[in-house]
Amino acid sequence: MSDPRVDTRPDARSDARLSVFKTYKLYVGGKFPRSESGRVYEVSDAKDKWLANAPLSSRKDARDAVVAARKAFGGWAGATAYNRGQILYRVAEMLEGRREQFVREVADAEGLSKPKATAQVDAAIDRWVWYAGWTDKIAQVVGGGNPVAGPYFNLSSPEPTGVVVVLAPQESSFLGLVSVLAPVIATGNTAIVVASEKSPLPALSLGEVLATSDVPGGVVNILSGRTAEITPSLAAHQDVNAIDLAGADEVLAKELEIAAADNLKRVLRPQTVDSAQWFATPGTERMTAFLETKTVWHPTGSLGASGSSY
Amino acid sequence: MPTTASTALPLKDVTASDSTLRRYLHGLPGVDAVGLEARAASLGTRSIKTTAKAYAIDLAISMVDLTTLEGADTPGKVRALGAKAVRPDPTDRTAPATAAVCVYPDMVAVAKEAVAGSAVKVASVATAFPAGRAALGVKLADVRDAVAAGADEIDMVIDRGAFLAGNYLKVYEEIVAVKEACGASARLKVIFETGELSTYDNIRRASWLGMIAGADFIKTSTGKVAVNATPANTLLMLEAVRDFRAQTGVQVGVKPAGGIRTTKDAVKFLVVVNETVGEDWLDNHWFRFGASSLLNDLLMQRQKLATGRYSGPDYVTVD
Repeated sequence: MSDPRVDTRPDARSDARLSVFKTYKLYVGGKFPRSESGRVYEVSDAKDKWLANAPLSSRKDARDAVVAARKAFGGWAGATAYNRGQILYRVAEMLEGRREQFVREVADAEGLSKPKATAQVDAAIDRWVWYAGWTDKIAQVVGGGNPVAGPYFNLSSPEPTGVVVVLAPQESSFLGLVSVLAPVIATGNTAIVVASEKSPLPALSLGEVLATSDVPGGVVNILSGRTAEITPSLAAHQDVNAIDLAGADEVLAKELEIAAADNLKRVLRPQTVDSAQWFATPGTERMTAFLETKTVWHPTGSLGASGSSY
Repeated sequence: MPTTASTALPLKDVTASDSTLRRYLHGLPGVDAVGLEARAASLGTRSIKTTAKAYAIDLAISMVDLTTLEGADTPGKVRALGAKAVRPDPTDRTAPATAAVCVYPDMVAVAKEAVAGSAVKVASVATAFPAGRAALGVKLADVRDAVAAGADEIDMVIDRGAFLAGNYLKVYEEIVAVKEACGASARLKVIFETGELSTYDNIRRASWLGMIAGADFIKTSTGKVAVNATPANTLLMLEAVRDFRAQTGVQVGVKPAGGIRTTKDAVKFLVVVNETVGEDWLDNHWFRFGASSLLNDLLMQRQKLATGRYSGPDYVTVD
């Protein structure tokens, strides 16, 4: 019996009909705009064969993305954790339905064999499910009641940091991307993703999946282009609360960290992750990196609770 | 230097009777709606950058009538607004003050106190704003009240019902009466509520009617209906004040109000002003923006130009 996961259809390109090329677009505020600048750049596969043109985002696209992310933040952070979990799970469901497309795009982008690309995509889908499960559990793990020396209840609960800029890993164009994006939005942040410069197509296609998964517009905004061109203005943007430098090289990371210091953004420094390590179960670090702790002191009313003598 | 509208009523014979007034207003050339909108849209495509942008932002800030017209206005909110009008960006003393604060008549005294000692004026809406559905006596009392409290400018609404019914003389006489109630001290802005006038022809007629009646300013909207100031209706009103000055020598100001929220929008309006009536109107004595959230965006853009990084709403006051 043949593996149902393997595409056995005849190659579409061998048919007589003309091939329909896809116009890859940005994903900003729930819509699919072209770059404001009108620019595109050529994306090629691992063997330097042309694949498609991707939008070459400008600073203004980045600014628009921040506006969209800020607008979406209140609704997304205010949604129940359970609801966010359902939506993240829905992303996994939708991805499952478009698995073959992503396998092809990942194989092209990273020069992988089909089985290896399939493993990447499967792991990425499972990662959405994993983080979907965490949405309503992270609060118990990192929040809770604190013992204090006084007649108070003292409760800590995690809250999302806000608008987070995510520089997606340059090498792992899909599994790496999902591994850094999902934890950011699972906890209620909104994200601006700067896709891998060399292989942005899986990221841009992910936008189409998110748009049909009940993820509210603006919660995830995906930009493609030159990482070094887009990110400095995002790192310096006063309305961005945190930045994940996963996809920045050493020189760029330093520059961005300096720019980010101006309004005390949270910065997650790049960690060296080889392609095998993306498969490992991630742990909660990427979620807690973009959480703030709110602590509330509440009087216990213990004087009244002791009862009266009459 | 043009004289002010209050010195003499131009086109006096036009207002001799309802029928002469109607004949005059309906004799105004019809508006080419497609051409008007295309012209306004094409002026909106101008690219204003660097030093020109910095100039436009400061000019726009100095033209803002910082407005709060809510049922929930408190003296505290009006005082906060007054402080913001006087010093829009407390972290940057080079930011110009706004032109005025715009409040309801009962808040004029509070606003006057809040901007005391500065050049910021106090404008008050009056005449049963925003509907204008009250007896003339009530409207005039409303105006006198605001003027007595120290309002420098009165924003009146016209009786749209009478206008749409064709009772132009009634609208005219009401504006004349309100102008008289304003006295010599207060400038009169006449609001047409363009969103309720249905056609561009009506906007042109209302503009001329207002100017003939002695308006110091003609203003698009109350900000309380679905369609407020648009580049097209503002362009139309600017053409009216241009033609009115050419005909009578009297210069009248224009104030688009409502729906102008971003710096980009404001700059588009300034381009329309410059290209239609020229530099004579590029001054807050002759052109104003009725707005509230616009000021924050102008300030954020100003900070962006000064520092090179995008600012955010955390760095301006929320009001």
